[in-house]
Amino acid sequence: MSAQTMPTQQAVSDKVIEVEILRYRPEQDEKPFPQLFEVPYSPDMSILEALQYIKDHLDSTVSFRWSCRMAICGSCGLMVNNVPKLGCKAFLRDYYPQKIKLEALANFPIERDLVVDMGDFIKKLEEIKPYIIPATDDKCLSEGTYKQTPEQMEKYKQYSMCINCGLCYAACPQYGLDSKFTGPAALALLARYNRDSRDAGSAERMKIVNQEEGVWSCTFVGYCSVVCPKGVDPAAAIQLLKVESSKDYLIGMFKPD
Amino acid sequence: MSKRKPYQREMNNDWWLKNAFYSKYMIREGSSILITVYSLILAWGVFRLSQGEEAFNAWLSALQHPISIIFHLLVLLIALYHTITWFSLAPKAVDLYIKGKPLDAKFIVAGHYISFIIVTIFCLVLIML
Repeated sequence: MSAQTMPTQQAVSDKVIEVEILRYRPEQDEKPFPQLFEVPYSPDMSILEALQYIKDHLDSTVSFRWSCRMAICGSCGLMVNNVPKLGCKAFLRDYYPQKIKLEALANFPIERDLVVDMGDFIKKLEEIKPYIIPATDDKCLSEGTYKQTPEQMEKYKQYSMCINCGLCYAACPQYGLDSKFTGPAALALLARYNRDSRDAGSAERMKIVNQEEGVWSCTFVGYCSVVCPKGVDPAAAIQLLKVESSKDYLIGMFKPD
Repeated sequence: MSKRKPYQREMNNDWWLKNAFYSKYMIREGSSILITVYSLILAWGVFRLSQGEEAFNAWLSALQHPISIIFHLLVLLIALYHTITWFSLAPKAVDLYIKGKPLDAKFIVAGHYISFIIVTIFCLVLIML
């Protein structure tokens, strides 16, 4: 390395950004507390990389989840200055020189430090029958696959892009106030199957949609769609399901089944 | 033995003040209170009309009080805020496809504004005549 490049190298590592993490160690702590760390700043460093720096160099006891580093595994969701973000998709340059406050995803119980208990979310994903339910005795296996046109795929494709990161649940005050609400991601996934031309399970899923805890707990805050890192737009899915639910109700008044 | 002890954070009543997005949402929802009061004043006017000309004129002159004018300007402002924010959300509740492609959100929003303007002009003309 030449002597000329040294000063710039030095300048980069001179810059420091403060990262405050809300710690919680279940075996020691009664409640969470903030802990401040100083991380060398670089504009291309993600929040996830900053956490890895802290774990490698400053405090090995800090816990957080991560895997792919490229916004597809959905593991590293956390609150950055009270906004739900993927750690790998948020960068220090967007906050520097201000302090960054990190906290576990809101509305979920904290398991440890930045790790939350997502059990309730997973349960809801399972409840909405997230699989294709074909029409009974519709087609024999030997007759081949179910065909779908690009137009038919377009109807649900957006809602199938969810990576189950849970940011929308952390953004939803209705879920925070009452966790019985089925919630944005699960309802978007429900819409994904109901809108699929190969599926015939709509009637079964509408029972979930029509409940108070289904779409009717949603008051259209709309923040879920803002924080979604994959552009799924769960708020739109829920509003369209409200239309379907209303139709279901009206039809049911004249044709009870 | 499990050391698990998940910590459930409390959601305080001021949750909607901590994030500008939530505050704007609460103003949009809260506008319904002022609009309800406005509708009640209007309904009261209809009731006064049924009581005869004198009662209705008393209601009309009460509306000219400065407090009433300030209140109505405030309601107009908040109703416009509700309208603008609601129109911007409208595309999320529309499921229209043209030649297999979803209809562009800006056409849906524009459609709302156009119908809003037409209805407003129609009502104004109706009052003027």
